[in-house]
Amino acid sequence: METSFVPFVLISLAKVIVVVVILLMAVAYTVLLERKLVGRIQNRWGPSRVGPFGLLQPLVDGAKLFLKEDLIPEAVDRPLYILAPMIALTCALLSIAVVPFGADVRWHGVDLFEIADVNIGLLIVLGITSIGVYGIALSGWSSNNKYSLLGALRSTAQVISYELALGLSLVGVVMRSGSLRLRDIVNVQATHGLLSWNFFGGFQFVAFFIYLMAAYAETNRTPFDLPEAESELTAGYHTEYSSMKFAMFFMAEYANMITVGCVATLLFFGGATSPFGHFLSGSGPVSIALFSIFWFVAKVFFFLFLYIWVRGTLPRFRYDQLMGFGWKFLVPVAIANIVVTSLWLGFLTPVH
Amino acid sequence: MNLGLFIVFGALCVAGALNLLFQRHPINSALSLIVVMSSLAVLYLLLGAEFLAAAQVIVYSGAIMVLFTFVIMLLNAGKEERTHGSKMAYIAGIPGAAALLALLAFIFISRGGSFGSARLGEYIVTTTDLSRVLFKNLLLPFEVTSVLILIAILGAVALARKEH
Repeated sequence: METSFVPFVLISLAKVIVVVVILLMAVAYTVLLERKLVGRIQNRWGPSRVGPFGLLQPLVDGAKLFLKEDLIPEAVDRPLYILAPMIALTCALLSIAVVPFGADVRWHGVDLFEIADVNIGLLIVLGITSIGVYGIALSGWSSNNKYSLLGALRSTAQVISYELALGLSLVGVVMRSGSLRLRDIVNVQATHGLLSWNFFGGFQFVAFFIYLMAAYAETNRTPFDLPEAESELTAGYHTEYSSMKFAMFFMAEYANMITVGCVATLLFFGGATSPFGHFLSGSGPVSIALFSIFWFVAKVFFFLFLYIWVRGTLPRFRYDQLMGFGWKFLVPVAIANIVVTSLWLGFLTPVH
Repeated sequence: MNLGLFIVFGALCVAGALNLLFQRHPINSALSLIVVMSSLAVLYLLLGAEFLAAAQVIVYSGAIMVLFTFVIMLLNAGKEERTHGSKMAYIAGIPGAAALLALLAFIFISRGGSFGSARLGEYIVTTTDLSRVLFKNLLLPFEVTSVLILIAILGAVALARKEH
């Protein structure tokens, strides 16, 4: 259905604003969730003073970071030093634009729960992720600090190595759905609830675990957080950053975590569909919308919880182990997964 | 709208290319090259080649240029020194470049019809179309190219390996 230009622009603008605000709030509260959960894992309370259960802590943290003095050291390369956190945050927020986070509900012909429905959605997510590494690389280089540079070099090498495994692990999913459009990938998994998810029914669990590990490495999270290993590099690439610029890196990291959670949900766990098929997926348009949002948020929350759980549990890799694991284990297993999946699909599809 | 985007990103592409030549620090040149490649991706997208646009961003801006900046950062390359250039560049370079440009322009004008054409925002080549051509009609050249790349990688490994 064609829509006229002005309502389309207005609805799209509203969607963008709502999604960005919700995403930033989610980022703030993921930080709180992490502090609380890691606190409980380490047998302490975590933030509990500001508001009930410490729920207002993110707002106070935000205010503190805004009010701090913005230091720019003498020896930095000024333009790139300022540009780097912007690149990091922009790339982290951009990829949410192609994520369908609800059922295909239309209003005036405009898809309400996805900002942009593009044919190559999955490739756009991968492309934006691969651009995002410049934020870290440039911040480390422009800081003119040995620790920052080492952190940036580690991060760049790590991201390049794991991007390969990450891309290869998604090929099986794309083969099953025959499309790079994220809605198509979700629709393939929508028929029988849990049983038709790529993780169970599509037999892509190997691909899922490869994706998960590679994505943890791409977002520089434990056990792959060598770029900011506190015990070795003080704070890695963002050592020289303070105030809001530091906060931008921080927000970028958590926004990337949310993106990874969204992509894992869409590709392996049926996106916004109910795990019980038509049960608990709503009947009227409003309840369909609400239930689909509920399932999507619940699944993404599970992945954020997993991120924090892993951080509270696993120690850091050594650098050579990290590289060996990526190149000698993940990449071959991902290729084997592609071969097995294509053979399986080849035997299933009838010959014309 | 398509024309407007084409002009903006075409200008960005040319500006990035000029900046690449005039910047004295290698990392600034590398960043300009990223701008050039990303705006080329937008131009591909405007011409309807969406897969090519995504591949351009992922492969060129995302992987190859990251390696460039990585090497520049690792070697800690400093600013280039400005020289007056070699005489050869002036004597042979400028007429050579002009001759090449004239030759290309001549071929484009005289044989323009046989290249095929694409209009801005007219037709989108889907990934399915592209893969049908690559894996069905042009399967042999495609696979031979991959073998060629494999041989190049083996050659690089053989050259880089230390003698024992």
